[in-house]
Amino acid sequence: MLEISAAAALGLLLLSLTAAFLGGRGAGPIYALAILPCLVAGGAGLGVLGGAPVGALTLPLGLPWIGAHLRLDSLSAFFLVLIGLGGAAASLYAVGYGRHEEDPARVVPFYPGFLGAMMVVVLADDAFTFLVAWEVMSLLSWALVMAHHRAIEVRAAGYLYLVMAAMGTMALILAFGLLAGTSGDYSFAAIRAAHHSVAASVAIAALVLIGAGSKAGLAPFHLWLPRAHSVAPSHVSALMSGVMTKVAIYAFLRVTFGLIDPLPWWTSPALILIGAGTAVLGIVNANVASETKRILAYSTIENVGVIFTAIGLAQAFAADGLHMAAALALSAALFHAFNHMAFKSLLFMGAGAVLNATGRRDLDGLGGLIHRMPVTAFLMLVGVMAISALPPLNGFASEWMVFQSVLASPALTQLGLQIIVPAAAGLLALAAALAAAAFVRFYGLGFLGRPRSAAAGEAREVDRFMLAAMALLAALCALAGLMPALVLDRLAPVTQALVGGHLPQQLAQPWLTLVPVSAARGSYNPLLVFVFIALAASAAAWVVHRLGTRATRRGPAWDCGFPETSPLTQYGAGSFAQPLRQVLGGTLLAVREEVDMPPPGDARPARHRVIQHDLIWERAYLPVADAVQRVATSANRLQFLSIRRYLALVLASLVSLLVVLSLWG
Amino acid sequence: MGHMSFDIAHLLAGGLVLVSFMMIYQDRLHALLNTFTLHALVLTAAVAWQAWTQGADHLYITAAIALIFKAIIIPGALYRIIRRLGIHREVEQVVGTGLTMLAGMGLVALSIVVMLDVTTKATAFAREDLAFALSVVLLGLLMMVTRRNAVSQVVGFMSLENGLILAAAGAKGMPLVVEITVAFSILIAFIVIGVFLFRIRERFDTVDLGALDRFRGEMR
Repeated sequence: MLEISAAAALGLLLLSLTAAFLGGRGAGPIYALAILPCLVAGGAGLGVLGGAPVGALTLPLGLPWIGAHLRLDSLSAFFLVLIGLGGAAASLYAVGYGRHEEDPARVVPFYPGFLGAMMVVVLADDAFTFLVAWEVMSLLSWALVMAHHRAIEVRAAGYLYLVMAAMGTMALILAFGLLAGTSGDYSFAAIRAAHHSVAASVAIAALVLIGAGSKAGLAPFHLWLPRAHSVAPSHVSALMSGVMTKVAIYAFLRVTFGLIDPLPWWTSPALILIGAGTAVLGIVNANVASETKRILAYSTIENVGVIFTAIGLAQAFAADGLHMAAALALSAALFHAFNHMAFKSLLFMGAGAVLNATGRRDLDGLGGLIHRMPVTAFLMLVGVMAISALPPLNGFASEWMVFQSVLASPALTQLGLQIIVPAAAGLLALAAALAAAAFVRFYGLGFLGRPRSAAAGEAREVDRFMLAAMALLAALCALAGLMPALVLDRLAPVTQALVGGHLPQQLAQPWLTLVPVSAARGSYNPLLVFVFIALAASAAAWVVHRLGTRATRRGPAWDCGFPETSPLTQYGAGSFAQPLRQVLGGTLLAVREEVDMPPPGDARPARHRVIQHDLIWERAYLPVADAVQRVATSANRLQFLSIRRYLALVLASLVSLLVVLSLWG
Repeated sequence: MGHMSFDIAHLLAGGLVLVSFMMIYQDRLHALLNTFTLHALVLTAAVAWQAWTQGADHLYITAAIALIFKAIIIPGALYRIIRRLGIHREVEQVVGTGLTMLAGMGLVALSIVVMLDVTTKATAFAREDLAFALSVVLLGLLMMVTRRNAVSQVVGFMSLENGLILAAAGAKGMPLVVEITVAFSILIAFIVIGVFLFRIRERFDTVDLGALDRFRGEMR
């Protein structure tokens, strides 16, 4: 299995070289060719989850005499499935979407390599291979973000992404340096065998949280994400949001649950609170953002926050010896990661389809697309229902499991955790409700109502490839929602390996019921819910039709609530966000609204302005950037010294080092 | 190592440091080159003595390289250069001699303290030898810092390199290939610097490095 997936990853990397050689020609065939290795790697991952033996392998690539160690265990396998499915769908979508790319030479050569590098990250079994693959993944995704580099905001986003990626990699390098210690053996096998002190383990976990968390979009390292994810080409946005954030989560799980000794319990509240805070912060921003892809990117931050909260819960339970509860929380985290891959990819593809059809990404330029693009609208409806955690779709199943694991928290022995976990659960509940609000706004403004621009009024349905990719993902959402057991049973080897416990086999339960712990603690039957929803909806429709009158009535023509004919009289993106801005915006977003009302008799129009600040950007990022700028400016003088002064500097530093040596020696 | 041979090795290495000090206060280029030749001769004697006491025949080759390149070819070439440039009587000094000598003494003291501290496990000769070698290196660097003329900077650089060779000869088991590589890289550096000297001269009519700074639009 490992050999097959390694071959798939290498094949994708070679495909990148081929595409670079072709220089943007043959984009369609290259995207189509990228589907196969994704499916193969996903299949290999499924095979290992289904019981195929764990493989390990050393390739004579990379560092001489050391080579690249690869290993495919259950955790890698699960994320390989995720990359395979997401990558295959995005590639299929790109066959159609890539045709409209204005400069394919800036996208196609980087795309297969990006997929391949993500696969190598989850397969890597030594620090060198891991970091090289991680960095290749970062750089290729940066190149993809920079595809439309002529726009200033794209360049700004790319620069910010590059800086944050460099910082994250630096943190990971430090973490692996601590992991390997002084032994100098950077293979994961040696790291696993070594013993790490508690202080070192906590430092490693913190560094990995920064390194992987900045890639996943954990606050306060999330600011690059909405900027970069929203300006990339849409199939790349789908991969970055749907898949690359999961690779970052993999990195965190691999190190904290696989490579170091179990962390003490008092590290988990930090993780839980950071996760829950990230969720709320992300979704509040999604509620006030006005561009489709930016809303989706902020919602990615929310979902990553939910996943990290569940991981923190798993860690708390595991540190307390509650293996069943830990397995439940970890299963919820992994299941939610899988679901987020499915619906976030679907939504980004839909946003890309809308962008393709209308050229607009601002909600105030869309509207009424349900008539012009009915298939896309239906598939997007599935996506927004799934991400809003509505039953019977998959988002509900995984969020329900997250809350089930919260309900197991009274068993924890630490008082602090018993207080913090319900509070965090409150934040998660708030985030879930706000997510529903955000996606009602997203879908309602984008697809319902009347077109707000001429482009939206003339939109045409997109081509078959894009629709097929979206339909596959929508079917995956429905399948994982109706039969969550299919996914959950595959997770058993992963949780067994990471926290030493696993959920009972779900497929064996009658009527596809989900019973994570015991029937007394809570169970969920998606099939029953689905049947109930279907029955209730048809009954309501029947009642309306049966009791409604068909008699002809005369009255004034109804203007549909729009006495003015301009589409601008509809609810807009800003007006929909206004109540939330009023309630939460004051403290969280530092929003100020200004109304400029002309006095009676004055003919100028009244103006309403919203002034919004990003507090994290202004209080945390800009001061650091300013300090770096100041130091760099003052160090700049060193560049213009005379030769003798340079020599004097050399002598001075040599002498001062020698003095230090003689004082300490 | 016998008492007598240790003393002679000590004498020669110490002599090298002494000649380094002599170079610091030479303010005429001609005299400076003479002193540099003496420096190279002392180095040759020190390395040859090491070859004889250690019974390491390849050190004779090192000594020969030092003699031929450092004591004959390079000083000869530098004599020609300064004569062609017409600067062999020039007087130059940036920092006062007394101050430079004091700084040099400080550097020697520092290198002795450091080396005796660090090399407590080595033999007595290796410790002395390394301390002297480090002194020669630091004095060469000091000379490069205090001089302004490009030719005397070249001389400073070459004397610095002599210190490296002294250290290499004192350490037993240094392979010949390392020494030959160092010798040749120094020769190449010398050629490059020599070429540049003429280029600088051609362009600015002087080999005073201040001219370069003025050319870059900087004032010292």
